[in-house]
Amino acid sequence: MTDNNLVLEIKDFSFTYASADAPSLKKINLPIEENKITAMIGPSGCGKSTLLRAMNRIHDLYPGNKYEGEINLYREAQEKENILHLKKENDFIKLRQEVGMIFQKPTPFPMSIFDNVAYGLKLAGLKNKTELKDRVEKALKDAAIWKETKDRLNQSALGMSGGQQQRLCIARAVALKPRVLLFDEPTSALDPISTGAIEELISEIKSEVSMVIVTHNMQQASRLSDYTAFMYLGDMVEYDKTENIFLNPKEKLTEEYITGRFG
Amino acid sequence: MNRLLLNKIILVLSTLSAVIGIGFLFWILGTLSYKGISSIHWSTFANDLVEGGIRNLLVGQFTMALLASALAVPLGMMAGIYLREYGHGSKLASLIRNLSDIMMSAPSIVIGVFVFALFVDPFGGYNGYAGIIALAIMMIPIIISTTDNMLALVPKELREAGIALGGSKHKIILQIVIKAAKVGITTGVLLSFARIIGETAPLLFTSANNQFFTMDLSGQFPSLTVSIYNLATYPDSASRELAWAASFILTMIVLCINLIGRYAIRNKK
Repeated sequence: MTDNNLVLEIKDFSFTYASADAPSLKKINLPIEENKITAMIGPSGCGKSTLLRAMNRIHDLYPGNKYEGEINLYREAQEKENILHLKKENDFIKLRQEVGMIFQKPTPFPMSIFDNVAYGLKLAGLKNKTELKDRVEKALKDAAIWKETKDRLNQSALGMSGGQQQRLCIARAVALKPRVLLFDEPTSALDPISTGAIEELISEIKSEVSMVIVTHNMQQASRLSDYTAFMYLGDMVEYDKTENIFLNPKEKLTEEYITGRFG
Repeated sequence: MNRLLLNKIILVLSTLSAVIGIGFLFWILGTLSYKGISSIHWSTFANDLVEGGIRNLLVGQFTMALLASALAVPLGMMAGIYLREYGHGSKLASLIRNLSDIMMSAPSIVIGVFVFALFVDPFGGYNGYAGIIALAIMMIPIIISTTDNMLALVPKELREAGIALGGSKHKIILQIVIKAAKVGITTGVLLSFARIIGETAPLLFTSANNQFFTMDLSGQFPSLTVSIYNLATYPDSASRELAWAASFILTMIVLCINLIGRYAIRNKK
């Protein structure tokens, strides 16, 4: 495994919440491969969401959390930046434009479908109306939701179904052309058909963006991901190619979890 | 058998209480309409108080209430935003929140006395500005608490989603969070406006009253509520009829604003 294929590299990373005495993540090491899907699995409270939320430093919305170690974001083949060193708001904004996030519950903004997708672009400083229009259309097409929305771009996004809203949120994130997309249980609030549509969408945009997915759904992890990380009680227990994790886990704990003996 | 009897007794008692409570309300509204409507003439709206009408009083009351809102709404909203979005359980935030809640139940006459001491006495007499300040002081805690509570209803994921798209905190608050809480906050503003438009005590010895039409806030300023208070104590029937008419009109105004506010809430859900 050469460093050149990495987009994110987590090294000896520990994290402590402001209100907690003990760290929630202990010396985590995890590579995130470029243009691959990495799934993070583990029982509730194991720290997988905490780790995910460190990758775009959204934790910093709430003051007082403690980071240790490194999370390196690779831009070009050589250039890397430890995002834990960021301090200024402008740097955070830049980071979040490169590392997007999709949440468990769809989070459409209270505005039109068009404005939802255009919002991030406007924040990034895009003002030209025609370019804005083109980028919104492309994002909606990329997120496979253009057909459903092209006639109602000016209607409120709050009137869409849950599954459509979630795809809109993906379109909104994709519009910024991020290098990494973080998914925090993106389908656990959706019905099976919407879940299928989201999964299909995730596989389709794989060529353009690297993705990390936190999921409770083992089938989803095995269907979608190239690599899987299994976490337990704040530790990274095992990380490997997905087929190895599911067919041939090295750790006993991993095997017990994926066969449903606990969790 | 016993339980069924008890059930019936409680049903009767609670129905009776409800009827009595609502009965008083309708009694008030009935008397007001009966005495009020018969006292309203075209001249009631066309003339100023000095000629037996309430034109200057309506204009004066609304002027003070609107200017008080112009002062209290931005201040209260910004304080509410601070409490919910920036305070984050800090001691200062919880202190302000508690003080604001206490202020909300402060007797309005006390606020009047306070403003009298600060803005009337030192400036040589009753003035419209003092009335506006007194009304604004009444309004600010209500706006703070509404803004605070309505922002609390906005899910934190919405803020996080905005931040995750590369927004700065103040932009997300102004462009998304406030928008999501817009209906609730607007309703709160309307209801608090309805509250202060009917206040007498804070105006009684701040702006006092004026029989003539004026827009000069540095002197005594016409007020509908203070006029009702004065007119009702006069011995002549013309004054008392005007008091009834003014009371009826004031009640209708407050009722309408309340209904609009409540309608807005219902439409949201």
